[in-house]
Amino acid sequence: MSIGGGKTISGAVQALTFSRRATVIGGLQAGIGVLLAGRMAYISVAENERYQLLSESNRVNLTLVPPRRGWLIDRNGKPIANNKTDFRVDLIPDRMRDKDKTVATLAQLLSLDQEEIDRINKELTQASSFQPVQVATGLDWENFAAVSVRLPDLPGVSPRQGFSRFYPTGAAVGHLVGYVGIASAEEYKENPDPILVTPGYKIGKDGLEKTFEDRLQGKPGAKRVEVTARGKIVRELDSRPDTPGKALQLTLDIDLQEYAARRLGPESGSVVVMDCETGDILTMTSMPSFDPNSFSDGIGQTEYGMLRDDDHVPLRDKSLKGLFPPGSTIKPMVSLALLRAGIDPEETVSCPGGLRVGNRFFNCHSTHGSVNMKRANAQSCDTYFYKMALRIGYDAIALMARELGLGAKYDLPVASQSYGTVPDTQWIKKRHEREWANFDTVNSAIGQGFFLSNPLQLCVMTARMASGRKLEARLLSEEKRTSAPPLDISPEHLSYVREAMSEVVNGVGTARRARLPVEDVKLGGKTGTAQVVSLKYGRGGRDVPWKFRDHGLFVCFAPVDNPRYAASVVIQHGGGSSSAYPVARDVLTFLYDREQAMEKLLAMEESWGGTISERMDRQLAAYRAQKELEKAIAEGRVPPPQAETDGEGPAAEVGQ
Amino acid sequence: MASFGFVVLYSAAGGSLTPWAGLHMARFLVFLGMAIVFSRLKENFWKTIAFPVYITVVIMLLGVELMGAVRGGSQRWLSLGFIRIQPSELMKPAIILAVARFYDLLPAGQIRTWAAIWPLLVLLAFPCALILLQPDLGTTITVVAGAMTVAFLAGLPMRLFVGGAAAVAVIAPLAYFFALEEYQQRRVTTFLNPENDPLGAGYHISQSKIAIGSGGIFGKGFLNGTQSHLDYLPEGHTDFVFATMAEEWGLMGGVAVLTGFFLLFRWGLGVAMKAKTRFSQLLAAGLSTTIFFYVAINLMMVMGLAPVVGIPLPFLSHGGSSMMTIMICIGILMAIDRHPGRRSGTFG
Repeated sequence: MSIGGGKTISGAVQALTFSRRATVIGGLQAGIGVLLAGRMAYISVAENERYQLLSESNRVNLTLVPPRRGWLIDRNGKPIANNKTDFRVDLIPDRMRDKDKTVATLAQLLSLDQEEIDRINKELTQASSFQPVQVATGLDWENFAAVSVRLPDLPGVSPRQGFSRFYPTGAAVGHLVGYVGIASAEEYKENPDPILVTPGYKIGKDGLEKTFEDRLQGKPGAKRVEVTARGKIVRELDSRPDTPGKALQLTLDIDLQEYAARRLGPESGSVVVMDCETGDILTMTSMPSFDPNSFSDGIGQTEYGMLRDDDHVPLRDKSLKGLFPPGSTIKPMVSLALLRAGIDPEETVSCPGGLRVGNRFFNCHSTHGSVNMKRANAQSCDTYFYKMALRIGYDAIALMARELGLGAKYDLPVASQSYGTVPDTQWIKKRHEREWANFDTVNSAIGQGFFLSNPLQLCVMTARMASGRKLEARLLSEEKRTSAPPLDISPEHLSYVREAMSEVVNGVGTARRARLPVEDVKLGGKTGTAQVVSLKYGRGGRDVPWKFRDHGLFVCFAPVDNPRYAASVVIQHGGGSSSAYPVARDVLTFLYDREQAMEKLLAMEESWGGTISERMDRQLAAYRAQKELEKAIAEGRVPPPQAETDGEGPAAEVGQ
Repeated sequence: MASFGFVVLYSAAGGSLTPWAGLHMARFLVFLGMAIVFSRLKENFWKTIAFPVYITVVIMLLGVELMGAVRGGSQRWLSLGFIRIQPSELMKPAIILAVARFYDLLPAGQIRTWAAIWPLLVLLAFPCALILLQPDLGTTITVVAGAMTVAFLAGLPMRLFVGGAAAVAVIAPLAYFFALEEYQQRRVTTFLNPENDPLGAGYHISQSKIAIGSGGIFGKGFLNGTQSHLDYLPEGHTDFVFATMAEEWGLMGGVAVLTGFFLLFRWGLGVAMKAKTRFSQLLAAGLSTTIFFYVAINLMMVMGLAPVVGIPLPFLSHGGSSMMTIMICIGILMAIDRHPGRRSGTFG
C-alpha cells in the first residue's frame, strides 16, 4: 500500500532526502540555539537590574536591632533601671512547622519547667502569627549555644543576644518605675511599626517606663545579614548601631529608696521622703511590691496569681493610690488654721476624755486634763481639736489643708494618683446632698470621717510646714528649679507648730521613741492612728485581725531648727502610730548615718526571714505548693485533709 | 573533539562549585572510557545489537514498573544491587538504535508506504506507555521526538509531520485536562505564569530566572553565586545547573556553553552527513538530536521558556544515568566518525 503517490524511491533519492532534511534539522537546532542565547541575553542584560534586586532581596535579610532603653538614674547618677546583656530565645509562630515538637525540644534543651511550657503554649495560641513569643531570657552561654547549633532543625526559633531591662533594686522601685513588656496585639495594631514585633523589643507598660516611653525607647539599629533560603544566617554584612534612649534622672536617692523599702519589712505601707529645699522626692516607696524584673521578663502565672491574691495588695502603689484617713497627723495643720483664726495658743481646754457634741459623745484616746495647743499636739489630745475646730468652723481648716497640698493632684509624671478628699461645707452639699453638721467638724478635725489623703500628700503637707514655702513635689531632676514662694502663713505660727512637733518627739509627746540616734539632729513629727472600724469594735490594735487593725501614720521633718528633710510613713493596719514612727526614725537616720541604720535593718531582716527578694521567693514557693496541693485535691489525687477541729477552714485553706 | 573537550572543561568548572564535583568527574571519566571503547566498535556490531538492546531496555522498564524503588514520587529507578539505573534514560539511545535499524532494513521503495509507519508506532508504543506510567512526561517526549527525528530523516512523507504537528496542537489541551497527573498540570500552569505563586510551584522558575538575570554579562564571579550557595536555587547541581553557572559566569559563560553545545551538534550532524551507510547516517543524526533535545528542553526550562520537566543538562548536571546516556550517544557517534563504512553495503 502506498501513501506517497506513485513515486519510486531509490537509495540515491533517499540519501538526498536525508541530507536535505538533516540540513533542516541543523537549521532548526541553530535557530533554537540563537533563541536561547537571545533569551539569556534578555534576562541577564535587559532585565539584569530587576533580577539583581530580587537576588539581593533574597539574600539579604534586614533585621532590626532593638535599641537599648535609656537608663533611669537617681539623683547621684546611680542606676535605677539599666540594661544588661542577655541571651534570649524567642519563637516566631509564623515560621514554626511542628509547634509541639519545637516547644518540647526547647523545653528539654533549656530545662524549662511545666509552668513555663504552659505559658509558652498559651501565648503561642493567642499571639498573632508575626508576634514573637518569648521562650526564655537571661540564658547562660551554654544553653544559648545549645539552641543556636540546633537551629536548622528548629524553624521559627530565634535566639538572640540583646539587652534586657534590669532593675538593680527590684521590688523597691516596682510601683514608681513600672516595668516593660512585649507590645500587645492592640498596640501593634495601633502603631504597626515592625520594631514592635522584633524579638527582644519591650515597651514601657506602667509607671515611669510608660510615661517616658518616647524618650526612653531610643531608635532601633538595623543589621543586614546574608541568609540562606532556610533562614540561616551566613554572615553579617553591615549594621547601623542602635541609638539608645536618653537617660532620665530622677530626684530619688535610690539607696534611701531601697532602705525604706527594706525597712518596711513585712508590713504593708508607704514611705515618702522629700527635700525641704527643693521639693525633690527622695523616696517614694510602697510595699509589698512586685519585682519589675520578673514582670519585664514575662511574669509567670503563679507569681502573678500570688500578687493578685495577696491581701497586702502588692500591685497597688500605696504612696500615690493608697488613700488613708490622715488621723492626727493633720493636727499641726489644724493648729495653723486655729492660729490664723486668732486662737491664742496658750488658751487651755480641759480634756475629760472626750467631748459631747449634740447627743453623741466623741472619745479622746486618753484623759489629758488641761491642755494648750502645744500639749494638744504633743499628746495628740482630740478634745482640744474638737472644741477649737467647732469654734472656728471647718471651712477655715479645709482652706489651710488645701494650702498645704492636701486633696490636690500633683503635677507628676506618674500614671495615676488618687488625691483623696478634704471635706468642707461645699463638698458635703455636692457629694452627699446634706448640710455640714458639727459632728462632721469634729470627725474631720482629727483626720477621720470623710478626710482621705495619700502618703505623698501628707509628706508635702509636712514639707510645706517645715520649710514655710509652697513646695511642689518633684520627681525629675532635669526640671527647672524655681524657688518655691513662701506660704501665706505667718512665720511665727509656723515656728510655733514646728516647736509643737518637736515636742512630740523630743518632749513629753507620743513619739518619744522616734528620737534620732544622731547627734545634733532633732526630729519633729506628729503621730496618727486612723481607725478602720468604729470604736465599738474595740481599739484596732495588734490583738484584732489584720484587716481591722488601725492604720499607723507618722509625719516628720528634720532637723527641727533648720528643716532639710520631710517624711511621711503610713503603715496599713499597722495597729497604731507606733508601727509607723520607728520606720520614719530609721529612714531619716539613714540620711545621716548609713552604717548605724543598716546595722539596725540587718538585725531586723534576720528576724523577718531575709531580704525582700528572699522573702518573696519563699512566699512564691509556698504559694505554688499550696496551688499544687489544691489542684491535687481537686483532681482527686490527694485525699482532702480532715477539717480542722474548729470546723472553719474550707479544705482549700489547709495547704497553708 | 576540541569542542568536546571544551564542554568537558565547563563541566568541570561548573562541577567544582559543588561538593558533587568529585563524583561527577569520576563518573565522567568512567563513561568517557566507556565511550572510547564504544568508538572502537564497528558499525555491524551496532546493527546486530540494535533490536536486542531495545528489547532488553523494554524489559527493564517493565521491571521498574514491577519492582522499582519509589523515588521522588515516581518510579524510575531500577536497582541492580551495585548500581541503580534509570532504564528510561537508556531507552533514549536504544530507541534511536532500533528505529535507525528499522529504516535501514526497510527497502527504499517502501518508505512512503504504511509499512514504514506502523512498525515505528509499535516500536514507540511499548516504551512510551511504560515511561508514561512512571510517570515521566519529559523523557517520553524526548523518546518520541528522537524517534520522530530519525523517521523524518529517513524520508517519511513531509505531510505526515505537518499533520502530526496539527494533531498535537489539538490534542495538547485535551491531554492537559484528561491525561496529565495533577502535579504535571501544575507545572504547566506554573510555567505559564510563574510569578503567580513565587513561593510555591513557581519557585523553581522564578529563582532560576533570578539567578540567570542577576548574573548580568560577566557574572558574579567564580564561587560568588548567592542564589546557589544560599540554597535559593533548588536543584542547583542537577537540573538547574545552568542557572548556577550563569549566575557566576554571566552571559559570557552562558554563551560559551551554548557555543560548546553548538560545536558538538555541528560535529554530530557532520558525522551523520559524512557517514556512508544509511544506518550510520540515521543513527548519528538521531543520537546527536537526542543530545540536542536534552540541551534545548533543559535550557528552555531554566530560562522560563518551557515547563519544569526533570531533564538534566548534558555534561554539566550532576547525575549518573543521564551522563551515561549522553556518553553512550557520544561513544556511538565517535564510532561512526571512526568507521564511516562503505557506501556499497547499503545498496541492496
